[in-house]
Amino acid sequence: MNSIKKIFGGDTRQFGMIFALIALVIFFQWQTGGKTLTSGNMMNLFNGNSYILILAIGMVLVIIAGHIDLSVGSVAAFAGIVVAIAMRDWGLPWFGGILVGLLLGAVIGAWQGFWVAYVGIPAFIVTLAGMLLFRGANQFVGKSNTVPVPEPFQYIGSGYLPEVGPVTGYNNLTVLLGLLLVAFVIYSELRSRKRLARVGAEVPEMWVSLVKVGLISAAILYATYLFATGRPGTSFPVPGLILAALVVIFGFISNKTIAGRHVYAVGGNRHAAELSGVQSKKVNFMVMMNMSILAALAGMIFVGRSTASGPFDGVGWELDAIAAVFIGGAAVTGGVGTVIGSIIGGLVMAVLNNGLQLLGIGADMTQIIKGLVLLVAVAFDVYNKTQGKPSITGLLTRNFGNRSKPDQPSEVRSPDSEQAISTKEVISKS
Amino acid sequence: MENHTILEMRSITKEFPGVKALSDVSITVRAGEIHAICGENGAGKSTLMKVLSGLYPYGDYSGSIIFQGEEVQFKDIRSSEAAGIVIIHQELALIPELSIAENIFLGNEPTRFGVIDWDKVNRETLELMARVGLSEDPTTKIKDIGVGKQQLVEIAKALSKSVRLLILDEPTAALNETDSQHLLDLMSGLRSKGISCIMISHKLNEIEQIADSITIIRDGKSIETLHVKEDGVDEDRIIRGMVGRSLESRFPDHTPKLGEVFFEVRDWTVGHPSVPDRLVAKGSNFHVRRGEIVGFAGLMGAGRTELARSVFGRSYGNFKSGQIFINGKEVTLKSVPQAIEAGLAYVTEDRKSLGLNLLDDIKSTTVSANLKKITRNLVVDKDEEFRIAEEYRKSLRTKTPSVNEGVAKLSGGNQQKVVLSKWMFTDPELLILDEPTRGIDVGAKFEIYGIIQRLASQGKGVIVISSELPELLGLSDRIYTIFEGAITGEISREDASQESLMKLMTASKKAA
Repeated sequence: MNSIKKIFGGDTRQFGMIFALIALVIFFQWQTGGKTLTSGNMMNLFNGNSYILILAIGMVLVIIAGHIDLSVGSVAAFAGIVVAIAMRDWGLPWFGGILVGLLLGAVIGAWQGFWVAYVGIPAFIVTLAGMLLFRGANQFVGKSNTVPVPEPFQYIGSGYLPEVGPVTGYNNLTVLLGLLLVAFVIYSELRSRKRLARVGAEVPEMWVSLVKVGLISAAILYATYLFATGRPGTSFPVPGLILAALVVIFGFISNKTIAGRHVYAVGGNRHAAELSGVQSKKVNFMVMMNMSILAALAGMIFVGRSTASGPFDGVGWELDAIAAVFIGGAAVTGGVGTVIGSIIGGLVMAVLNNGLQLLGIGADMTQIIKGLVLLVAVAFDVYNKTQGKPSITGLLTRNFGNRSKPDQPSEVRSPDSEQAISTKEVISKS
Repeated sequence: MENHTILEMRSITKEFPGVKALSDVSITVRAGEIHAICGENGAGKSTLMKVLSGLYPYGDYSGSIIFQGEEVQFKDIRSSEAAGIVIIHQELALIPELSIAENIFLGNEPTRFGVIDWDKVNRETLELMARVGLSEDPTTKIKDIGVGKQQLVEIAKALSKSVRLLILDEPTAALNETDSQHLLDLMSGLRSKGISCIMISHKLNEIEQIADSITIIRDGKSIETLHVKEDGVDEDRIIRGMVGRSLESRFPDHTPKLGEVFFEVRDWTVGHPSVPDRLVAKGSNFHVRRGEIVGFAGLMGAGRTELARSVFGRSYGNFKSGQIFINGKEVTLKSVPQAIEAGLAYVTEDRKSLGLNLLDDIKSTTVSANLKKITRNLVVDKDEEFRIAEEYRKSLRTKTPSVNEGVAKLSGGNQQKVVLSKWMFTDPELLILDEPTRGIDVGAKFEIYGIIQRLASQGKGVIVISSELPELLGLSDRIYTIFEGAITGEISREDASQESLMKLMTASKKAA
């Protein structure tokens, strides 16, 4: 146990969800007789879930800031139909379509952000309205019909990395991507060791780093192998690539930039943030807007994959995205959550879905199981917190980013905490 | 009745994961006495009371509790209340939207044929309110009465449960002098009716005034029990017990080095944020010199916080008129970022709900008001963050195993140090400290005073808002008094006394 701790740094609990994910994969691999970890299935998994995971990235920021967005499915559908019609009727090229979609997302986001941030209506209400509004708008604009999208546009939803360079039997770009990733893992481990040494903190022993890098690299290389050796014409899927890019970008923003800090600050304590000079209205506006832009993107990817935009695209997506975020360790009250955590939460759901499907379990049972998983994951978290023990789903923290919640065994903190009701009550309420 | 013991807690030990909050604590309370429990923040006072009231159920702790001659094993608060022990927490447990009567009988509603008997509720409420000296309509909502009265409602609620032993946790922390005195009188009244009280308080003068005996707890251990009359206890004696050493002076030595006036506010008028015609600041004028500590004295609700916050980037109220001059130049500070930019810092009186993100850790809190300073190419430099937080931890002597700890884990005094370091890192010219030592224990107070004086000697201006007059008198070079939103007086350190301040704090200029 101790050595596991050493390898993964910090506490093993932070990796609870990763272990759960790996355990799930292994379980399904065993139960399905090896049908889970195949090239085709992995590509399916990515293609079929990337849009939910993209939504989860936006959603985690919304939830960290203390809000929620119920409209993402409808926004995605609305953006999808507008883009499809724009390309069919106005003859826009595929990139023009994407641009229009993102722009539309921004406009919708500004609309919702305005109500949430500047009028002060709870996001639950604003986006509940948005859910109805944009679903209706989708069906109004599309006259409840299905509108096909042109071939090049489908690439963003169902395309693969192209074949380039010498014939190696593998997809070269995928292999290259995998190798780059491994190089990055090695580089960042070296850098973190250097940093620890510089700050004067304890540097883990060499073998710990070696095992850690070895394990991660092996996983990456295995995935690379799977993706690079699929049936001809397939390789690492484009939606997966978009997702990866977004994870990197938003992981960076949430973790390393002032904007990211401000989102956590507003979610953690809005009043304190404001008195520290954070413009909370702007932050709220931006997270809502960002969510709608990502929703529009997710909608377009889905349309690209299904080759047409329809009136019932995106139904129920908001719930999948929200579930992913909460399984990934975010707090309903805001201030807590990570991008990576949400992605892993989303992957847990995706693998469950996929595995149960492979096992031939019906949609009814699948929903029941998914519901229970969500409940149990969060209940476990809550239970641990009330016990004053560290949280299990407050996973994936210091190593991936410093934004985990500090453990709060509430009883241990100074019992004589003062919280007088006085003028400040009046002030904070007004 | 004398010397008849009502409660005895023997060798109570309570552990949390990794922390021994109480070890072998014993306390004996005589019937019909007011027993004060003193100790620094984090000493274990509240934990002990939670054990007593059953919040930590039997089995969670070791040791025994003997109440009215019998050993008791409380499973929860209900069982301790059934035995006659009622605890009134510092954070009042009243529901703002319910009436006084509804609150008093909440969870205990008298019924007739399964329906709440409102006549009985209101009748009994009136009786109970009379006992605590409160005259209000029983149907008044809690949110419509002041904190002082709310406290009385809590006590009335306790009385409705035929209380034998009343526990009050910091009962006067949020009250002004008049309300505090009323509460203390009420406690003496209860005592004469044979109800024992345990009170936890940081206000040593109140303890000296009212308590019959005092148990001092330090670092989770009961140090000693003093009998006020027999032992001739005074404040210094209590402090010595609490900190384990005597503080020669409660304020560090400090010789002010006053510079020129650099900050001035003229004719500052601000409207109430929700009541249109009410003014929270009425043409206030004040100034601060470099190196000067200026006190703002006023009763709770006089408008001290409102004035300070409206100056700090208009973060409170509706700005009506007024000018701010910094170094002789007029400036307009319309938002908090502008105020910070102009060199202002405001430390709120309410750390938990306005001052800190309790989910955050020490290091990121420290830099949170000045992230720009450690950001290069869009990236917040975490090494720098750690280094800076460490620096402040050392120079302010914040007690924590590491700056990676969550701020929620710290005691009040250490949290305040983190808040101070956050604002010191913005390198302000003027620091406005609103109740900087509220809820902070004696030892940490002394350190905070030292920090304030150090800032002043560095040439910064400091405004200290405080409800504790001795604190203002000990710290300030000059004091403004505020009454109902207006500045009613300006007194230099030499001329100030509790009496002169009190006079100006309670009457407007014209009346005086």
